[in-house]
Amino acid sequence: MTLLSIEGVSRKFGDVVALDQVSLDIRQGEFFALLGPSGCGKTTLLRILAGFEWPDRGAVRLDGADLLRQPPHRRPVNLMFQSYALFPHMTVARNVAYGLEREGLPKDEIRTRVGEVLEKVGLDTMAGRRPGQLSGGQQQRVALARAIVKRPRMLLLDEPLSALDKKVRAEMQLELKRLQHEVGITFVVVTHDQEEAMSLADRIAVMDNGRIEQIDAPIALYDRPRTRFVADFIGANNLFTGTVTATGFEVPGLGPLPCKPDLPNGLAVLAVRPERVRLGEPGRGAADGTVVDVSFFGGVSHIAVDVPGHDRKVLAATQGPARIAPGAPVGLFWNPDDAVLVPA
Amino acid sequence: MSGNLTKASETSRRPRGWGRAAAAAFFLTPGLIALIVLAIVPMILMLTYMFFPRGRFGGVVYEFTLENFERLSDPLYLGVIGDSFVIAGTVTLLALLIGYPAAYAIAQLPPRWKTIALLAIMLPFWTNFLIRIYAWIVLLSGPGLVNGALTGIGLIDEPLDLLYNEGTIVLGLLYGYLSLMILPIYSAVEKLDPRLREASANLGASPARTFFSVTLPLTLPSALIGAVLVFVPSFGNYVVPELLGGGKAIMLGNMIRDQFLKARDWPFGATLSLVMIVITFILLIAQAVASRRVRNA
Ligand SMILES: Nc1ncnc2c1ncn2[C@@H]1O[C@H](COP(=O)(O)OP(=O)(O)OP(=O)(O)O)[C@@H](O)[C@H]1O
Ligand SMILES: [Mg+2]
Repeated sequence: MTLLSIEGVSRKFGDVVALDQVSLDIRQGEFFALLGPSGCGKTTLLRILAGFEWPDRGAVRLDGADLLRQPPHRRPVNLMFQSYALFPHMTVARNVAYGLEREGLPKDEIRTRVGEVLEKVGLDTMAGRRPGQLSGGQQQRVALARAIVKRPRMLLLDEPLSALDKKVRAEMQLELKRLQHEVGITFVVVTHDQEEAMSLADRIAVMDNGRIEQIDAPIALYDRPRTRFVADFIGANNLFTGTVTATGFEVPGLGPLPCKPDLPNGLAVLAVRPERVRLGEPGRGAADGTVVDVSFFGGVSHIAVDVPGHDRKVLAATQGPARIAPGAPVGLFWNPDDAVLVPA
Repeated sequence: MSGNLTKASETSRRPRGWGRAAAAAFFLTPGLIALIVLAIVPMILMLTYMFFPRGRFGGVVYEFTLENFERLSDPLYLGVIGDSFVIAGTVTLLALLIGYPAAYAIAQLPPRWKTIALLAIMLPFWTNFLIRIYAWIVLLSGPGLVNGALTGIGLIDEPLDLLYNEGTIVLGLLYGYLSLMILPIYSAVEKLDPRLREASANLGASPARTFFSVTLPLTLPSALIGAVLVFVPSFGNYVVPELLGGGKAIMLGNMIRDQFLKARDWPFGATLSLVMIVITFILLIAQAVASRRVRNA
């Protein structure tokens, strides 16, 4: 069931197009991630949902009702600000209690809920401190606690975990998932961290320059990017620009490359994931090249191959340490089904 | 070994005690000398007069006495001190009531208008204070502009008595010192992160609630500074009561001036000055305490 529907929302700041015809539906109980480079309009979109920014055009409906007509303090959404926006003159506990006090809840209930949420974010011992006496990561957790303690219909989190170390971040991710499943809160989360988006989100919207490039489940997004930007932005990818013809996909300087030519004839880009590229004997694969660099990352190794006629190094990933040295001539192989064609 | 290392790095990071003291002394000395020579020494000299009686033809007779302090309990003097307190307090309160919304509004203006508004507030300072107060006399006198305008549009038949009462003094002081209230509040509101108000609204606070829970507590310390900046010069003022009070209503400042220049009673003048200094000092302490309270509410 659709909880929130955004239709054709556009927003300009002077000459800067922050949002360009953004349309998306967010389902009840869904964990929705917004992914995109800096300045692509993620915060602007969340601010429109929270009521601090207004679209020049477009409509936003929550439960079918016009959300844009409601004043910010009446909207059933809570925003965690990218800059935290903690009240500097209040203690951590009062910051977190602030939203509950506005609901007029009994004092006992407020105290219990504040205590619970502070324990969950690991700050129960800091309840009496002021934001100025906390580290950046601690402040971020206070901001998170202040937003989630309200248990709203929809939580908008703007980079909620960016300042946390790996371990605390993993704990917070679990906590967010728990809130989603047990309390049924719908999440819209902005993140720079692709792995985080991939592991947490039910669906991901990739944005660029104020436009939605693709909305899909993580696996579909990774395996079947639909635009060149998404293919390049999500994960590592080897991109080859060429033309789709009646006989296949042809790259100038490299010749035909294996793929399923499912696009109409014309310019296109072929994307092949490094882990789909196998190295073998030269002369038999899709292309030949020379190994220029081998780096070991623990679980996997990355091998960079210089292919004459192609300006970017082709990356191949293998499990474990690579048994190959720089300078070795290799052939590149991949399965036609593992290569994705996107419009140029 | 490692203990030595940490010690060494600590000392290298933080200047040693005497080094810091030397640096502090270097920067403070000129200011301290000026303060001591130009303000503190003359003040102490003058305040010592409090303990001596006045000579028959002015001047000071050096015989220890406390009679100057006894004179303070005279209802005449207490009345003037009380009046001054009420007038300065009224001015401060009005300045706060007018200045806070004004400062708040200016801080919300687009940048260009902000500059213009601030300039407009500072502009009067480029003219001598005395001249500006005289201008009020011209405006408010019997045949003055205000009365002229009011009779002109037929609102009144006879010129009103606008000059030479306590209301006029309040008006003059308010006019003179309002900007000292507006500027600190403006800078506090300006510095306030707009996200804080948004966060408050987002958590369900109405605009009024946001004002009283977020905006006001965070700007109140500056408002208190403004209040002191307005109260202190109003309380000790003698130009405004002299010119706009017409000598009918006098304030502590006029009384001190009269003791020194007319009655030639320096010892009692010094005693009254002490009263003013003490009251001002108490206010400064109250302001510091209050703003700390607000900050840690
Ligand atoms: N109030 C504003 N006035 C002018 N330009 C703005 C304003 N807010 C945002 N912009 C511009 O709109 C664009 C989108 O900004 P936005 O904050 O939404 O980016 P973002 O995707 O959140 O970026 P980041 O990941 O760095 O936080 C940017 O180019 C930004 O400079
Ligand atoms: Mg942002």
